[in-house]
Amino acid sequence: MNQALTIENLVKVYQSGKTALKGINLSIAEGDFFALLGPNGAGKSTLIGIVSSLVTKTSGSVRVFGHSIDDDVLKAKQLIGIVPQEFNFNIFNKTIDVVVTQAGYYGVPYRQAKEQAEDCLQQLGLWEKRNDVVRALSGGMKRRLMIARSLVHKPKLLILDEPTAGVDIELRRSLWVYLEKLNEQGLTILLTTHYLEEVEILCKNVAIIDNGEILVEKSVHSLLGDLTGETLILDVDSILPEAPKLEHFSCRLISPDSLEVDLQEHQTVNDLFQTLDAAGIRILSLRNKFNRLEELFIRLTGHTVEDTP
Amino acid sequence: MINWVALKTIVRKECVRIFRIWPQTLLPPAITMSLYFVIFGHVIGSRIGLVEGYNYIQFIAPGLVMMTVILNAYANVSASFFSAKFTHSVQELMVAPVSEWTILLGYTLGGVIRGLVVGAVVMVVASFFTHVPIQHFFSMLVILLISAWLFSLAGFFNALFANTFDDISIIPNFVLTPLTYLGGVFYSIQALPPAWQVVAHFNPILYLMNGFRYGMLGVADVSPWIGLSISIGASIFFAVLCYVLLKRGKGLRT
Repeated sequence: MNQALTIENLVKVYQSGKTALKGINLSIAEGDFFALLGPNGAGKSTLIGIVSSLVTKTSGSVRVFGHSIDDDVLKAKQLIGIVPQEFNFNIFNKTIDVVVTQAGYYGVPYRQAKEQAEDCLQQLGLWEKRNDVVRALSGGMKRRLMIARSLVHKPKLLILDEPTAGVDIELRRSLWVYLEKLNEQGLTILLTTHYLEEVEILCKNVAIIDNGEILVEKSVHSLLGDLTGETLILDVDSILPEAPKLEHFSCRLISPDSLEVDLQEHQTVNDLFQTLDAAGIRILSLRNKFNRLEELFIRLTGHTVEDTP
Repeated sequence: MINWVALKTIVRKECVRIFRIWPQTLLPPAITMSLYFVIFGHVIGSRIGLVEGYNYIQFIAPGLVMMTVILNAYANVSASFFSAKFTHSVQELMVAPVSEWTILLGYTLGGVIRGLVVGAVVMVVASFFTHVPIQHFFSMLVILLISAWLFSLAGFFNALFANTFDDISIIPNFVLTPLTYLGGVFYSIQALPPAWQVVAHFNPILYLMNGFRYGMLGVADVSPWIGLSISIGASIFFAVLCYVLLKRGKGLRT
């Protein structure tokens, strides 16, 4: 399979002396939906900045579908669509002009750019707002506009830097559906996010970055397989005076009608249900105490994704 | 390498901006120059008599046109490019496959267009006050175009280094405007004492102003060829300088 993005020994030392990336190696296959996870200051945005030519690397190499950003930067850029973390529009421009202008920068002739812009704005539910100036759009609309702008030239690799940060749940879920559809159509996606749930639902592969180093790079499925256990919260249909004694399971009462149970790697939810059934306890609902990926993340990095070192 | 579609896109964007904010870009020069023509041309000029064979109002017209072109070309590029930096919308260009020459040419063509449009506005205003002769149309056009491009490049250079909006107003207010006034807009340097005539020759705008005056009136204090050579040489210098700085990401990349 072709590699959409190949990064080798990437180092970035800022003028302040801070080393943001310490020899990163990363490879993303064509068609992948890849997550880059890390706490604030881990180096995610620096890495994305280098790939998209907003940050100058100190050393190392980056190739986009085989095109080096050193020797063939214009071809490499042509293949990338980028959704940055911060809004970076001219807020006095009309919504449609933002997208049409961006297409023009990518060499799409004006008439064709207008057609492609219409298509993108329609898909992202912004067509009705096409003649509004950007500053009049809501935060969620601006976020969608950034995605429309990044797709207007039909890139092969879409890079999203925390695209759902600060977005309400409804919009976040609609963006997930849209991104999944794009990935199914063959678009390679590199995503950074603070929402680990997002990674678990959307992504095929993941790399965890911390302090400028990749700690782990593997499939999301395989990473979740590394979990040695999980903690479940169970709501029960009766009032319990104390935590029941369950064979093979560690169980705690967190309120009269809810329990917390540790499930080891070799145990299944079925095993737990059978044990609870035998104890005469009926379950109304069940949920994970922690996001499973978050547990792994904390274990690997020593802090949460929201932490700033 | 020039990406022609991207170049057209940048120029179109700049033109839309110029005409969208016409009360800031086109109207002020028209009003200011009308006042110049009324006060300096009619009220004071009527007492001065002929200068190098022309009415005073005719004599100052080329200088006022050139002053407007220089200041507007500079202001357009410095304000537009710095605003793009300030709002980070310049990143739209930086992530796209647009070469440094395309960016530089696109923005400076925007400056040239604004310079020419406001220059034309001033010419129209001047024609309400006096007959505006044009002796050497081609020379006038060439010197006007090159001067507009030169000061567009200078504006771009300023914007690359600017960190605040104050940084793009310092040069026009404290360098360009004084040099323009002292470059012979309102007088022939023959009227200056000999020592000041020598000093005046160190002002590069004097040559541009006189080159343009030669195109319009057929008279000049210095050879128009010197003005042309200076503007071409300085334009090449600034173009290469801006290209190198842009390539290095000066003020744009971390």
